[in-house]
Amino acid sequence: MTSRRCILLSVVLLWCITHASSEKQLKITEDKNKPPTDVDRSLSEKSPEGQLHAQKSEETRDTSKAEPDQAEKAKSEKQFASKEADVNRDDISDQQGKGVNDEAEFKRPLAKDQFQEELVIKPLPSGDIYSSFQFRTRWDIDFFQPGKKVSHYRLFPKSLGQLISKFSVRELHISFTQGYWRTMQWGQPFLPAPPGAELWVWFQDTVTDVDGAWKELTNVISGIFCASLNFIDTTNTVQPTASFRSLGVGNVTDQKFLRYALLPREIVCTENLTPWKKLLPCGSKAGLAVLLKSEKLFHSSFFSQAVHIRPICQDWQCRTMAWELRQTLNVVFDLYTTGQNKKEWSLFKMFSRTLTEACPLASSSKVYIDVTDNPQGELFELHPSSATLNQAVVLGDRRTYAVYDLKMMDTFGSLRTLNIVLRWKTSSGADMLRPLLHGERYVAGYGLQTGEIHTLISNNHPYRAFPVLLLDVVPWYLRMYIHTLIVTSKALPNKPSYIHYQPSKDRVRPHLLEMLIQLPPNSVTEVTVQFERALLKWTEYTPDPNHGLYVGSSVISGLVPSVVAMDTNSSQEYPLFSTFFPCKEESSYFVRVYTEPLLVNLPTPDFSMPYNVICLTCTVVAVGYGSLYNLLTRTFQVEEPSPGLVKRLANVIRYFRGVPPL
Amino acid sequence: MAAPLTLVLIIAVTIRAILFRSSLAELLIERVEVVSPLNAWKRVVEGLALLDLGVSPYSGDVFHETPLIIYLFHFVIDYADIVFMVADGITAVALYLAVQDYNKNVFRKQKYALEGDRYPADCLELIRSPKEMYYIPLKVALFYLLNPFTIFSCVAKSTCGLNNAIVALFILSTIKGSALLSAIFLAVATYQSIYPLTLFVPALLYQLQRLYIPVSLYRTSFWLFTLQYASMYLGSLCVIVCLSFFLLNTWDFIPSVYGFILSVPDLTPNIGLFWYFFAEMFEHFRLFFICVFQINVFFYTIPLSVKLKEHPVFLMFMQIAIISIFKSYPTVGDISLYMAFLPVWNHLYRFLRNIFLVACVMLACSALFPVLWHLWIYAGSANSNFYYAITLLFNVGQILLVSDYFYAFLRREHHLTHGLYLKRKDGSEATLVLK
Repeated sequence: MTSRRCILLSVVLLWCITHASSEKQLKITEDKNKPPTDVDRSLSEKSPEGQLHAQKSEETRDTSKAEPDQAEKAKSEKQFASKEADVNRDDISDQQGKGVNDEAEFKRPLAKDQFQEELVIKPLPSGDIYSSFQFRTRWDIDFFQPGKKVSHYRLFPKSLGQLISKFSVRELHISFTQGYWRTMQWGQPFLPAPPGAELWVWFQDTVTDVDGAWKELTNVISGIFCASLNFIDTTNTVQPTASFRSLGVGNVTDQKFLRYALLPREIVCTENLTPWKKLLPCGSKAGLAVLLKSEKLFHSSFFSQAVHIRPICQDWQCRTMAWELRQTLNVVFDLYTTGQNKKEWSLFKMFSRTLTEACPLASSSKVYIDVTDNPQGELFELHPSSATLNQAVVLGDRRTYAVYDLKMMDTFGSLRTLNIVLRWKTSSGADMLRPLLHGERYVAGYGLQTGEIHTLISNNHPYRAFPVLLLDVVPWYLRMYIHTLIVTSKALPNKPSYIHYQPSKDRVRPHLLEMLIQLPPNSVTEVTVQFERALLKWTEYTPDPNHGLYVGSSVISGLVPSVVAMDTNSSQEYPLFSTFFPCKEESSYFVRVYTEPLLVNLPTPDFSMPYNVICLTCTVVAVGYGSLYNLLTRTFQVEEPSPGLVKRLANVIRYFRGVPPL
Repeated sequence: MAAPLTLVLIIAVTIRAILFRSSLAELLIERVEVVSPLNAWKRVVEGLALLDLGVSPYSGDVFHETPLIIYLFHFVIDYADIVFMVADGITAVALYLAVQDYNKNVFRKQKYALEGDRYPADCLELIRSPKEMYYIPLKVALFYLLNPFTIFSCVAKSTCGLNNAIVALFILSTIKGSALLSAIFLAVATYQSIYPLTLFVPALLYQLQRLYIPVSLYRTSFWLFTLQYASMYLGSLCVIVCLSFFLLNTWDFIPSVYGFILSVPDLTPNIGLFWYFFAEMFEHFRLFFICVFQINVFFYTIPLSVKLKEHPVFLMFMQIAIISIFKSYPTVGDISLYMAFLPVWNHLYRFLRNIFLVACVMLACSALFPVLWHLWIYAGSANSNFYYAITLLFNVGQILLVSDYFYAFLRREHHLTHGLYLKRKDGSEATLVLK
């Protein structure tokens, strides 16, 4: 393990060295940009007029950029741009009159990218604290334009930008998770993730060799995040047909360009967190990221970090594209047991740091505390209390949040530091609504020959039935028998309306089973399938073969009926955590649930005796060969009695004497 | 003669029918000794299920049967029990008729030899009497139908029973002298599991003998018949393979069936020598040893046919035995086929050297297979070496059995030409040795 990580580290180091020069250039440009950033911030901090001004200058920049580029752009694009240019020409002349043009020219790359950060803290009914960080970088550039080379990076991390352009990635989602999200105790997470590492990528349709690109991409990402993603190969990569739709703009449906892989065994630690933090514009120097100290984060019940890259619309009319990079980090602290059964927490207690400032590059920086259960302040008390309350519809439920805007100086108070403290007044917590969709999985059977995978999917909705997609990726060494597949709900057979099954190939690809199952209201649906455990070659086992082999979580995705109307209007501003999965209809919302990974034992050969086995088996074959050879080549003859020893000696002497033998 | 055979058949079918209804059937269907990845019933059902889902059964690595088997069971899946019982019945009847005919031939030849006074005077003890030979065909049928190995194989619905039936029909048609049918059945058997390819030589030799064509490379009649038989064989093989192609419209079955047999990717334990050997093999020697082990199966054909060119039926027995010992995925069903031939060589009994030992080894091993499997897989108190040791011993037992019969056969032939009671030069009693 260590050696592997060392190698990865050295690969990254090498990469850094080779790219050092370009990074230096980037720094210079960043330095140049520093003072204007402050200007920009002060602009945005000002009330409406200031913002208006900023918008104007943004438009100006768009046009000034559009004008020289016009020749290169396609015709349709031209029409758009020229229209805009017409509108904005007046503005330009305006500004020229004011003499701002120089500054505008200098600031040009500025208004491109945008960075937002937020932290949601939600006390869970079990007494644990769920903290969810989201960092969103928007990069206003259109990669889909053919022949477009990008060499300028501002807020967007260069390593990821280069990766997108080199491998023609359309969408990339990667998560590293330590621990298992307990849906029944904690409710639904904002961003679900399975234990281990999960990676799924949509490639652009210009990619011809998708498998080659995927292989290279996984190796590069494994270098970037110091993870063992290089273990992703054809034996754990699948192309789901329906479970993983693209989340960005543009409706791509050809699953040929989708690759999905799961490494349930991946262990997540500091070495994965550090490169992740380095992707943030402020690193861990300022803003919410100062809270991310690994010694606290990894002392938790659940830790999940993720990177999501996808194309989004630049504005609500969706005229131009932009890239969105969402870095999320979810962590559940068990403060109840570590805090002597007191349900009291503070930022300092959780992260051993307090907040002192927002990231200077961020356009918004907010902390949300879920206070839905505490409308009159009878359950707990927040200190410092926040004036602003925000309502948001998250996961089919309207929640109330106390908002702390880190961009406001008065948030930090006179001490210039923000340490949010929550004190409970009563010991009883609020009851949690049972999550409507929940899945779990286990292996049944005994012995090392066969087994049965049971997947239980519960629909806890009292009266609505809804369909879910179940995706199961089973490695080839558990030979699944699809004819043993049984789906039952409420003890009645429940025939899936859609089954996509791809049988495994030994040492080449895993089993892929995708099903669309209708879940009756208030029921548990059980999916069972039998498998046979294969005996592998002795070199194919992990170094600890009797520990067992992991089988990744199965993925249950579905549109769950919502209690309140979901917001489908994408033009409005919402907190980041509520906007990840695009919402198309008001009555339902998208939920993805990951089941537990499985640990399955396989029969093992004796690893200590390859030589013995080779020798013994060859001996048996030789016995067969020898006895047949003997019978085939020799003939029967009458045995002549052999002369005694004395006689033979006498004959030898007689031979030397030249006398005929006896 | 027909009545006892009918009785045996009825008993055999009754036993099977009872066992099909018992809980033993479910147990046997998973037993690694009885079913292999090649012929497990579970995999046949899986293949049909895949076909129903619209997935090619050969796109995965679970199904390794030939397309004709899919085609067969596509229609008779509901009557599978009956199909396997009928297959066993066919095998038994075919062997019965074949052995009956063969014995007639043997007896006729013996008569000619006696009339021509070609046997030494003291060999009368070795001469076979019609009384002794009368019950041999029935014993063969009995040995096949009531052999626990056959019964288990049938109750587990291993398609090995079907392959045995095809081989039995091939033997029958060869002995009856129908070159075309023999070639067709041999082609089907080859198509099912490659290895019966080596039975081409004994079949050819038998038919040459039947037609009184001497085996001589300088005779045109020899070459003519060989060519004729080979073209019939290859032609029917070609037709069957093309038929399979048109059934599924894909060539995927070639690597999935024959590639699977030859390259041994599935290391599920069985009673053979391959699984543990290749599970423990060093990766860079793998290809070499696969070649060695596979050549080993086919190689014996050449020297055996040279040595036994006068006795093609015994050669056939030897070939079937060697295949079932050294093939890549052997099951007990394969063993039961060559064991059915043992009564035919009853007259060799006096020359067998260690039949008692071998019988004990085979019996003990058969009992120990499930015991050690349980200890390894379920109880966890033994490891794979225990099961492996038993497979080794079982195979040594089989090898000793086959080579003992071979020895006895050669020795009897030697006595038939040189006399039974050999004397040394000095007139004392001599012992025979291989030199």
